[in-house]
Amino acid sequence: MSIQVWTWILVGITFTLYIGIAIWSRAGSTKEFYVAGGGVSPLANGLATAADWMSAASFISMAGLISFNGYDGSVYLMGWTGGYVLLALLLAPYLRKFGKFTVPDFIGDRYYSNVARSVAVFCAILVSFTYVAGQMRGVGLVFSRFLEVDINTGVIIGMIIVLFYAVLGGMKGITYTQVAQYCVLIFAFMVPAIFISIQMTGNPIPQLGFGGVDENGVYLLDKLDGLHKELGFAAYTSGSKSTLDIFLITAALMFGTAGLPHVIVRFFTVKRVVDARKSAGWALLFIAILYTTAPAISLFSRTNLIETVSNKEYETLPKWFGNWEKTGLIKFDDKNNDGKVQYLADVVKNELIVDKDIMVLANPEIAGLPNWVIALVAAGALAAALSTAAGLLLVISASVSHDLIKKMINPNISEKGELVAARLAAVVAVCVAGYFGIHPPDFVAATVALAFGLAAASFFPAIVLGIFSKRMNKEGAILGMSVGILSMLFYMMKFKFDWFGGGTKEDWWFGISPEGFGTLAMIANFIVSIIVSRCTPVPPKEVVAIVENIRIPSGAGEATH
Amino acid sequence: MEVENKKKYWNKNLKYLAILLSIWFLVSFVCGILFVEELNTIRIGGFKLGFWFAQQGAIYVFVILIFVYIRLMNKLDKEFGFNEK
Repeated sequence: MSIQVWTWILVGITFTLYIGIAIWSRAGSTKEFYVAGGGVSPLANGLATAADWMSAASFISMAGLISFNGYDGSVYLMGWTGGYVLLALLLAPYLRKFGKFTVPDFIGDRYYSNVARSVAVFCAILVSFTYVAGQMRGVGLVFSRFLEVDINTGVIIGMIIVLFYAVLGGMKGITYTQVAQYCVLIFAFMVPAIFISIQMTGNPIPQLGFGGVDENGVYLLDKLDGLHKELGFAAYTSGSKSTLDIFLITAALMFGTAGLPHVIVRFFTVKRVVDARKSAGWALLFIAILYTTAPAISLFSRTNLIETVSNKEYETLPKWFGNWEKTGLIKFDDKNNDGKVQYLADVVKNELIVDKDIMVLANPEIAGLPNWVIALVAAGALAAALSTAAGLLLVISASVSHDLIKKMINPNISEKGELVAARLAAVVAVCVAGYFGIHPPDFVAATVALAFGLAAASFFPAIVLGIFSKRMNKEGAILGMSVGILSMLFYMMKFKFDWFGGGTKEDWWFGISPEGFGTLAMIANFIVSIIVSRCTPVPPKEVVAIVENIRIPSGAGEATH
Repeated sequence: MEVENKKKYWNKNLKYLAILLSIWFLVSFVCGILFVEELNTIRIGGFKLGFWFAQQGAIYVFVILIFVYIRLMNKLDKEFGFNEK
């Protein structure tokens, strides 16, 4: 059977499964809609968190990014996993004990102020929208390449599916579809990885094949370093970014991960504090399976790519080359007219441009794997994109219906009314996300870094100080969050969008990239919060009692309004 | 007594956090970033050690850290009677 038939079959089966789960797990109350009724088992929550977290970027782009950046790509590996240690140790158990529905709930109650709540709502919505646009685009991309439908049609199909299970099932529907989506995506990621690892090193475990030898007994990493040297690229295992920048970017991704509302809110769905800790452990374990495999794929596919195309006659290249050339993701320009592909670091002589996204998508084709494996990758990429999109949409809808309407605008709204509002907000959010998917703003790629920087600069310090410092008051938190967000926005806009006079790489402060600046903005938030709180009145007694209460795990009870 | 107990529990918790987070910092920021060049002179099979920490080792340690934390805290909860049935 052809790739396309296989893809229709696998995508059809998985989508039917998601819709089936959605119908089975409809939400009947706001509690079910926001936190899945609060009775999810730690294992299921771990699986759901892993799928929620691993987006189109993790599944499609990350291995490719590492492939082209070598050691520099480590920032994503350490940054996007290390954040879970912070989440498990510093946030999840205490927020579960606190027992409300959303992150702005915590900020608003802990800092006894609707100003703080509004700042948190603004950040949650901003972070989630920047993130969700990329997911819808990912869905469109997969549809257009594998099913040869128009990219916009792909986005719309994705919208309808998400709409169906997010609006109908709320958090409850999302949780159980995410469990299924994790299984689909990890299977789709591992099968080609295992095949290729066996092909290249004879070892079926990619993590070991990563340090393995080829048929001539040469270590693959040494071989690739050698190939890179020959073609003029920086050595694969040493990279080219400054140590300071690598340090700051990794930190920004870690603290940002721990501050992302759609991840934090998953820990509200379990019964007890113990379960919140356990689900963080399961989640990271399931994430680590993909994250330790990805760099092995990067190495295999990079070596494969160079060996397949470098200095080879264009006419004799395998079929996948032409397939991907059609999508515009591979570009070949025979500058010296010798009919061969020169793939070099030197921009003037280089004749080949390869988009990072195809390293995972085209990998099975490059390695000559059977058609069903290629189709499986498409289904996996869709699972990754849809599961993350649904989690983000829920944060947006809860921010509007719960934090804005119920907590600030109309506290007398009935349970039923709030549920209707939540569903309507989800519908509007899906449509906006779809619009961004069809008309992607140029800054989507740039804003993913912004999402992490913002989460690190705003939520992380406010939540951690709220738990670990009884002295922290509303003045400190509000000013701290504002300084964090505004400095982050300023730096991003200046160097990514050319506002405020713009600037190039040479103008970066101390050579710090906008991606790494989130760490500094976060430190600024911490300093401002602490200094201001020491100069302003202590928080009221009830608030200190809240802090004392969340530090003790017993008696968590059920999540309430 | 109750207040004293809670304080003791919290201080022990903070001690665990300090130890676990030091290891977290060590395997990622120290071994994987700050001293990566130095560690790269040591080889373990096909890997340079610093590179291995950055792309594999740190992640394994992160997973272990969380499970150690779960164990430690479950024991601590029991010791102080803060565990839930």
